[in-house]
Amino acid sequence: MNALAARRRHPAAIAILLMLGLLVTGFAYAAVAPQPAQAESSTAQDVTAGKQLFLANCASCHGVNAEGRVTGNGDKIAGPALAGVGAAAVDFQMGTGRMPLREPGIQAERGDVQFSQKEIDQVAAYIASLAPGPAVPSEEDVDPTKGDPGAGGELFRVNCAMCHNAAGAGGALTRGKYAPSLMGVEPKHIFEAMDTGPQSMPVFNDNNIEPKDKRDIIAFLTAIDEAPQQGGHALGSLGPVTEGWFAWFFGLGLLVAAAVWLGQKSA
Amino acid sequence: MNEQDSHPTGSSEVTPTGEFGSGAVRLDQGHVVGDGGIPERFQNPGFAPHIHRGADIDHAAAKRAERTVGGLFLLSILGTLGFIVAYFAIDPEATIFVPGIGQNKALHIALGVTMALSLLGIGFGAVQWAKTLMPDEEEVEMRHTMRSGPEARADFVSILDDGAESSHLKRRPLLKYTLGGALGLFAVPVVLPVLGGLGPMPGDDLSVSYWNGPKEEDGTYANTPLRLMRDPQNTPIKASDVTIGSVFHVMPDGLLDLEEHLLEAKAKAAVLLMRLDPDIITSQKEKDWGYEGIVAYSKICTHVGCPVGLYEQQTHHLLCPCHQSTFDVTQDCKVIFGPAKRPLPQLPITVDDEGYLISKGPFKEAVGPSFWERGSV
Repeated sequence: MNALAARRRHPAAIAILLMLGLLVTGFAYAAVAPQPAQAESSTAQDVTAGKQLFLANCASCHGVNAEGRVTGNGDKIAGPALAGVGAAAVDFQMGTGRMPLREPGIQAERGDVQFSQKEIDQVAAYIASLAPGPAVPSEEDVDPTKGDPGAGGELFRVNCAMCHNAAGAGGALTRGKYAPSLMGVEPKHIFEAMDTGPQSMPVFNDNNIEPKDKRDIIAFLTAIDEAPQQGGHALGSLGPVTEGWFAWFFGLGLLVAAAVWLGQKSA
Repeated sequence: MNEQDSHPTGSSEVTPTGEFGSGAVRLDQGHVVGDGGIPERFQNPGFAPHIHRGADIDHAAAKRAERTVGGLFLLSILGTLGFIVAYFAIDPEATIFVPGIGQNKALHIALGVTMALSLLGIGFGAVQWAKTLMPDEEEVEMRHTMRSGPEARADFVSILDDGAESSHLKRRPLLKYTLGGALGLFAVPVVLPVLGGLGPMPGDDLSVSYWNGPKEEDGTYANTPLRLMRDPQNTPIKASDVTIGSVFHVMPDGLLDLEEHLLEAKAKAAVLLMRLDPDIITSQKEKDWGYEGIVAYSKICTHVGCPVGLYEQQTHHLLCPCHQSTFDVTQDCKVIFGPAKRPLPQLPITVDDEGYLISKGPFKEAVGPSFWERGSV
């Protein structure tokens, strides 16, 4: 201590102290600061393999460096820039078969998955290496058994039900677009969709709906998906449209048939 | 010749005879032999020839019809008994598989089917009875004049006159006018409480929302800034939390502490918070009332007040699910499609010292659908 005290007037002391202070602050910040989400356990090989897959399957629309491409037809884009969309967006789009896009249209539709999960992970690693973005959620993040379906239901009805229907059956948007059904969707894809806001869907980032709350929503959707339907035909759970159609078609049909029978001459 | 006497019974071509008595008409007797030219008036062609039903002429068929009707009534009896048995015998939790529908509660199916048998058995039985066994003759009932005879009419007038005379109504007009007044007024107390019971006038209730803050004693509002809170978590929102493309469902801070009329207050104060790239916002007012591209709009449709919650983050359209009114968020929520008449009201917002979003004032107009006094308060 004496040695230190003796050198406190050394010309370099201020500089060393300043350096020490900066280092401590920097490390402390790094320790407590929110981590930008990054795909875990991705190696350099994954990124390289992902880039190869990207060039072969995605670059025609998204550009060779994922910078996005315009079509030349007004300001319509062939594919948006992908820097910063994160691994979650790739895992969602490719994992639900929406990408690679089968045909241009008003909306990319769910379809057969074209790639193995390993290949999807590689492309995700490549895209995540371009710029930080939402990561693929962990198993625990999306485990429906750990969520609270009641709390999730409340969040779902405020944030999701107006587009996806109170029963998660989906619904129409403007000009041919639609919110898809959420029944039978993998929990991690639900999480990723909230995190990244694919297509028309707004973003529900982790500051808006916390990861714990997202898991509650997943638990709610799993619960209503698995709930037994013992009250008759659900008619797609689409509410007044299908129910009204059924009543008009079958109810009126029966009444018309009865009227015809009543009005028929008996001889 | 009018409608009445053109009937076969009144015309010369027809001879009413037959097993149903001289008043009835044989349906093959109504026809007139034509002469090839177009007659001045078409004669009444009468009824089509009557075809007898099987049960009318065949004893066995009648017996069959009797059995059918009886069988239907019996089915109804069995349905009713089945309903009673099912009600007590079937476990309410038991399920059975119904083709085309899937697993269903056995009790519901059983009750529905037995009740249908019970009701339809009676209905179908009655109709079948009427169609096979009840009398099947076309009968004619002649119309008669509605007008009473001149004698009866004169009688009636004289009775009224006598009454008015003997009750002094004509001689003592005071009685006439006071009675008229009393009868005219006595209905008022009946109607008055109905009108009064419609409740107090709404005052400015429709024009202000929770964002106006508490009402002062002099009738003005505090207009204190309120934090924007997440619905339903009730947590404040940092401006940095609202990334581009995000949408937040918002209620004012303190709303949940309301002890009464919470839902009414929430329905008026519901707000949708979105962040857009400020460069694509075309309205200067929208930019000024927002905060770096974060804008807050009333969630209540200006058409009939449904919650406009369907935000498309790519097109920046807000769609109302009830009647497809579409609002363009880049153009100050102008109506671009559908029956809504006015843009959604914008809530002016800013941030407080801690970086949380707060309101800069209340809505500048009434939220929701139009009403008579809108804009006058």
